[in-house]
Amino acid sequence: MTEDSRIATLDAIAARHRDDPSRLVQILREIQEALSWIPPDGIDRLAERLHLPRARVEGVAGFYSFLRTDAPCRYRVLFSDNITDRMQGSQALMKSLCERLWVEPGRVSEDGLVRVDTTSCTGLCDQGPGLLVNGRAIPRATSERLDRVAELILQQQPLEQWPPELFAIDDNIRRADILLDNDSRPGDALRAAIARGAGLDAEAAANARSWREANVPAAPGPLATLEEIKRANLRGRGGAGFTTGLKWEACRNAPATPRYVVCNADEGEPGTFKDRVLLTRQADLVFEGMTVCAWAIGARHGLLYLRGEYRHLLEPLNEVLARRRAAGLLGANILGQAGFDFDIEIHLGAGAYVCGEESALIESLEGKRGIPRNRPPYPVTHGYLQKPTTVNNVETFCAAALIAQHGGDWYRAIGTAKSAGTKILSVSGDCARPGIYEYPFGVTVRQVLDDCGAGIGEYDTQAVQISGPSGVCIAADEFDRRIAFEDLATAGAFMVFDASRDMFEVARNFAHFFAHESCGFCTPCRVGTAMLKATMDKIAAGHGTQYDLAEIDKLDRVLHQSAHCGLGHTACNPTLDTLKRFRPTYERRLKSLDFEPAFDLDGALAAARRMTGRDDAGAHLSTEIQN
Amino acid sequence: MTDTFLLDGEDVPFAPGQSVLQAALAAGRYIPHLCYHPEFKPHGSCKVCTVKVGERTAASCTLPAQPGLEIASDCEEMHELRHTLVQMLFAEGNHFCPSCEKSGNCALQALGSDLGVMTAGFRHFFPDRPVDASHPDILLDFNRCILCELCVRASCEVDGKCVFALSGRGIDKHLVVNAASGKLVDTDIALTDKAMEVCPVGVILRKRVGFAVPIGARRYDQRPISAQALDDAPRPPSGDGRCAACEE
Amino acid sequence: MAAPEQNKIRVATTSLAGCFGCHMSLLDIDERLFTLLEHVEFDRTPLTDIKHCGPCDVGLVEGGICNAENVHVLREFRKNCKILVAVGACAVTGGLPAQRNHLDLADCLREVYVTEISLASGMIPNDPELPLPLDKVRPLHEVVKVDYFLPGCPPSADTIWKFLTDLLAGRTPRLGPELIRYD
Repeated sequence: MTEDSRIATLDAIAARHRDDPSRLVQILREIQEALSWIPPDGIDRLAERLHLPRARVEGVAGFYSFLRTDAPCRYRVLFSDNITDRMQGSQALMKSLCERLWVEPGRVSEDGLVRVDTTSCTGLCDQGPGLLVNGRAIPRATSERLDRVAELILQQQPLEQWPPELFAIDDNIRRADILLDNDSRPGDALRAAIARGAGLDAEAAANARSWREANVPAAPGPLATLEEIKRANLRGRGGAGFTTGLKWEACRNAPATPRYVVCNADEGEPGTFKDRVLLTRQADLVFEGMTVCAWAIGARHGLLYLRGEYRHLLEPLNEVLARRRAAGLLGANILGQAGFDFDIEIHLGAGAYVCGEESALIESLEGKRGIPRNRPPYPVTHGYLQKPTTVNNVETFCAAALIAQHGGDWYRAIGTAKSAGTKILSVSGDCARPGIYEYPFGVTVRQVLDDCGAGIGEYDTQAVQISGPSGVCIAADEFDRRIAFEDLATAGAFMVFDASRDMFEVARNFAHFFAHESCGFCTPCRVGTAMLKATMDKIAAGHGTQYDLAEIDKLDRVLHQSAHCGLGHTACNPTLDTLKRFRPTYERRLKSLDFEPAFDLDGALAAARRMTGRDDAGAHLSTEIQN
Repeated sequence: MTDTFLLDGEDVPFAPGQSVLQAALAAGRYIPHLCYHPEFKPHGSCKVCTVKVGERTAASCTLPAQPGLEIASDCEEMHELRHTLVQMLFAEGNHFCPSCEKSGNCALQALGSDLGVMTAGFRHFFPDRPVDASHPDILLDFNRCILCELCVRASCEVDGKCVFALSGRGIDKHLVVNAASGKLVDTDIALTDKAMEVCPVGVILRKRVGFAVPIGARRYDQRPISAQALDDAPRPPSGDGRCAACEE
Repeated sequence: MAAPEQNKIRVATTSLAGCFGCHMSLLDIDERLFTLLEHVEFDRTPLTDIKHCGPCDVGLVEGGICNAENVHVLREFRKNCKILVAVGACAVTGGLPAQRNHLDLADCLREVYVTEISLASGMIPNDPELPLPLDKVRPLHEVVKVDYFLPGCPPSADTIWKFLTDLLAGRTPRLGPELIRYD
């Protein structure tokens, strides 16, 4: 592409976004898609158009994995590098694809045609190994399918002309409950919410207000909806489990306007893919839930932050939005309610796990580097553009829609006393039927394992990683524990490992994940995750000692005490969990010494040997001795 | 009556809007810190000022002071944490004090000395970081950068230039300058900029003035950083927190 | 292990990839050396010219690890010394020699011996008597376990004195900020 046409493309993208700096991430993502990189002159141009310092634009582009400023390449192949992908053979497949394409991993081929590399979990664990080609997800990698991919790349076929079956993704819904098997039609929940409020008059509503709501004009309908959400005891499904009703109420009571509804669809936790399925199968319910929230808190704008890995869902979701606008379920005067104006826009992420943290997500929505904010203030009062913002998970909004339709009591009757409703699990790993399982809260791990066909056959299940690397790893003696906020709280990942798996390697994979995804803002996480990764690699290379295990404990303490956000707090969890439950897998790798260098001493002489041509005894260092 | 909170068992008064660290420093109570600077909006990234709040921990520079808070700072657990954080910073960059012009005036060095840091302890990263000598009067040695963003904040909030910004992520995070060439000479930085004064370590240096002050007479030779910081504490902000160039 | 001479602490010292500046600083304790010698007997050290280290109580090692010989000597010290002390910036951080760590070793050797005018007349020396350089210069604690660290370039005579008197008296050495210097 010539320089002129490149700049013209870029200008068109920036103009479509009104040269709005708060849309920088969206602009950069579209430029990446159109030009296959962000060229240096493009950064200049954007800085000029958006009236931003150039270094700021460069800094944002440099933050997100999917934005490339180093070199253009026509096809960018990224293998999902979650442990489940590895268990399905991703590493060997990637190696053979590289050989097929004559490229080294992580380097652009000399002709600028292709680059093959790894990326964090792409959310295709139930049908892996997964990969992305120019951001488009391809599931079920096999050597046959990758041969096909290699041919298409070598023939330089435009991605739009690749056979659709390569991109076909299964939903794999294995157990459906209220969320995945509902008979709600678009608008049902909203109609119920509006009807519920109609019975209340303003005076009664005003009297029902709490003292915290003193500033807010009485609005009977929305208040009734808020009451139902609170009555339902709905808690956030993103993992933290904050009470949704309280969050909505706090946002509603925040005096500033406008208020925003944000749906967190940045499902980045390795092993999680439930939101992918909800957004595929229940998109209306998600948007309906957001609209119910808008009704309850008095918001006019909604944003759905879709992880970049789910780029393929953008057009279908936009179609659903268009349909809802046409049906009067979005836009002005929704369902004929004067003043009930609300619309939703989709923003795409660009490869940054940390943006799943709600304040980092808001920063990203504002076009910035995805750095978690200092709190307080919290998003409910100072969120998107410093305005009151309610951020909820995809699944939370689905549940909210059903609660608006059927009532809080109905919902609360499902699940356990402390954990109302159902939970969708993304089951992957060593089991016969990986996929999506929705259960009422309180289901035991053992039940899930039975249902998904784990532990049958040659190997028994030895461990389950609940809620991904930032969650908890449990062993067989804990399989009677329950999925519930009061026991095993989870965002939904459920990775099964049978007895053939090396749990040390599982933990090492997760350590690499955290180091790759650390935003680098705070010292403990930036340095600590890199140190944890190096220590796990040292142990893997056979240089580990008891001293290194003590070092891991120390890193964990520092990260827990001082990391800026949850990513850092939990980064050592997989290592400590597996150390506690599978200690021999570490110990058998350790030297029976107090101390060993982290590097191969003899290997450190290799360059000098090569340059001098020496290979005598003095040109080598044994690794024996030590005290 | 002024509101107070408890710091290591003693009452510390505070004004509305003050953070725990600001109030403590104003009251003559030192909490070790590094990325905090009295003239800029607290940032909370180095985490050296972390304190215990009941059973939890928080960075005191961004923790709003509230009546009745019970803060522990001068305790074994926090000493150990700060010691480790400073070690991490030493291990992360290439800090070779004997050849650094900032030696004796360096906050990282002074903090290490004050906290009894004898070694980085961890394995050194030995990163390959560039030196930018393009500017006739200013040297940038990124080997020593601790990513505190003080220069970023100063250049934006006070100078209104945004000469510096951060790029990359995680351990690859690094400082960039506001020029297509990536070179400082192509930015509009000036020797009189606030950004020239704030680097706590030896990244942003004036050329041809190094080692002018003999060992023994430098900033932290006479008084440890714990004493120096209290002298520096109660100053009003010099910028209004907004940058004309980026409207932030 | 008993000290060979009753009540005297046996001390060994060496300089690896260092400049002997730390040893000079040790000598700078001046007349306190006499007091020190009442309590200490030196084993291997440049002061005694003993070539190999026997069983010792304390090993003071100056300099980082830049070649294979440094590794051998350091291991000898670690094996023989109950307490191993990294003395000075180079031992603690790699120091000045570690400033080559961001360069490729092969490039360094090529530059010094092949492309630039040098003593080796265009040849990279390959005499087996010469220790091979490591790809990176390492501080001591990355190669063996180190018990104490004494930063400074060099640590001042007062710092060394305080450290040694603490150690000899059986106290955990505690140097205040005024004695902990990195330059």
